[in-house]
Amino acid sequence: MTLALSGEEIAKQIEKKFPKSIVKSSPEGLVVDREFLLEVASYLKTARGLDFDYLTAITAVDYLDYFEVVYQLTSIKHNHSLVVKARCYGRENPSLPSVVSLWRGADFQEREIYDLFGINFEGHPNLKRIVLWAGFEGHPLRKDYLRW
Amino acid sequence: MVIKTEPFVVNFGPAHPSTHGVFRMRMTLDGEVIVDMEPVFGYLHRGIEKLAEERTYTGCIPLTDRLDYTASMTNNFAYVLAVERLAGITVPERAEYIRVIMAELQRIASHLIAVGTFLNDCGAFMTPVLYMLREREKILDLFDMVSGQRLTYNYMRVGGVSQDIPEEFIPALKKFVKEMPGWIDEYDRLLKENEILLARTKGVGILPKELAINISASGPVLRASGVKRDIRRADPYSIYDRFEFDIPTGTAGDCYDRYRVRIEEMRQSVRILKQAMEQLPKGKVRSDVPHLTHPPVGEAYGHIEAPRGELGFYLVSDNSIAPYRFHVRAPTLINLTALRDMMVGWKVADAIIIFGSIDICVAEVDR
Repeated sequence: MTLALSGEEIAKQIEKKFPKSIVKSSPEGLVVDREFLLEVASYLKTARGLDFDYLTAITAVDYLDYFEVVYQLTSIKHNHSLVVKARCYGRENPSLPSVVSLWRGADFQEREIYDLFGINFEGHPNLKRIVLWAGFEGHPLRKDYLRW
Repeated sequence: MVIKTEPFVVNFGPAHPSTHGVFRMRMTLDGEVIVDMEPVFGYLHRGIEKLAEERTYTGCIPLTDRLDYTASMTNNFAYVLAVERLAGITVPERAEYIRVIMAELQRIASHLIAVGTFLNDCGAFMTPVLYMLREREKILDLFDMVSGQRLTYNYMRVGGVSQDIPEEFIPALKKFVKEMPGWIDEYDRLLKENEILLARTKGVGILPKELAINISASGPVLRASGVKRDIRRADPYSIYDRFEFDIPTGTAGDCYDRYRVRIEEMRQSVRILKQAMEQLPKGKVRSDVPHLTHPPVGEAYGHIEAPRGELGFYLVSDNSIAPYRFHVRAPTLINLTALRDMMVGWKVADAIIIFGSIDICVAEVDR
């Protein structure tokens, strides 16, 4: 069974290394401050005992007040998992650092989030629309997207 | 005399028989050698994730059929698993067994298509795929018995399956399970030592182990690169911890290994089918769940080992009858990330084989 690590315990471990980097934590997962996202992700990937070498999935959720990007991390070595989230605010130009430099599996998924939610991933090597065409207006998976 | 050459761009697809759907590869070629490649897709984007936000939890099940239409049963399975996790619903024993039987049958059916069309791409045109469709037809007949459908089954429900299996199902399944290993041996006899197949697939399109993990590859693509990870074993869902089966892996991560892993997985699926059939208990096939599910506020991620890799559903509930967010972790989309790395340096004729060996379903890539 893949062991789901407690967000609270990992949050304490991260706080020691990067103070004030955790916005919220619960047994189900933790929310990382966007300024620290790349550093924390890099730490989670390389820290001994954590070794999150496999990024299972990325997705975003639109809560209207903010966008939440959800990272499902797994370690193949230890067979454990963790849910990491990051929030970004604003409807005009929400942005987050890209994690493609750590896990290349994020490439198409970040492009998809950019396409459908309009979240910019800073540092993504090829950020452009992926399922919709280049001239498409708006981002359909946003909750305030015109319905029909 | 020196001939001056310069790279040129060729659009491969979107409508091309070996792209398995509508998929475009923008290749930069130097003579016949690929120097750069960019996959372009989205031609089959139907906005399934947005559509699902307008439907009830049960109403989303037919949508999942239309993701990877060659493996609808496993799509249903992954989705209902996520909803059950979200709402805390338990499933009766008999339904669990029926689900496992359907999922393994679906895996065989899907791998038959994968291997058959892969051999088609290799140049063994139509002969192997017809043999494999012959067997797939038997599985479709079984699915027809339980669901009345041959492609989009819509069979599983939150809390079980839509209806019990009919009387004639088990005898037909027994017959199938008895005959299938012989058929797999037959493919092996025809193909295992075929010199042309070996020459065209061995060492072609290598995906190294580290890269496979880094791009989040899953399913046969990951295992062919030598990573022994199968969700059925790594994170057993449903009742998979009760069955004995092996996880076939490759060593080189080339097209041949991906092909071999699929063939071996079919044998393992037959093993699971045998065990599940013998242990199948009597009882209900659906727990008492209200027609409209109102899961509590929260989120859940349910994943299974689908034929093409780790298929996951991420659901967010706001306690209404429709999911607030419905996300599909599409295995084939993510497996495609390394397509460029696998193709650069090979010739156009190899590109088709490399692409075929990943075994994508464009309906799932684009959603």
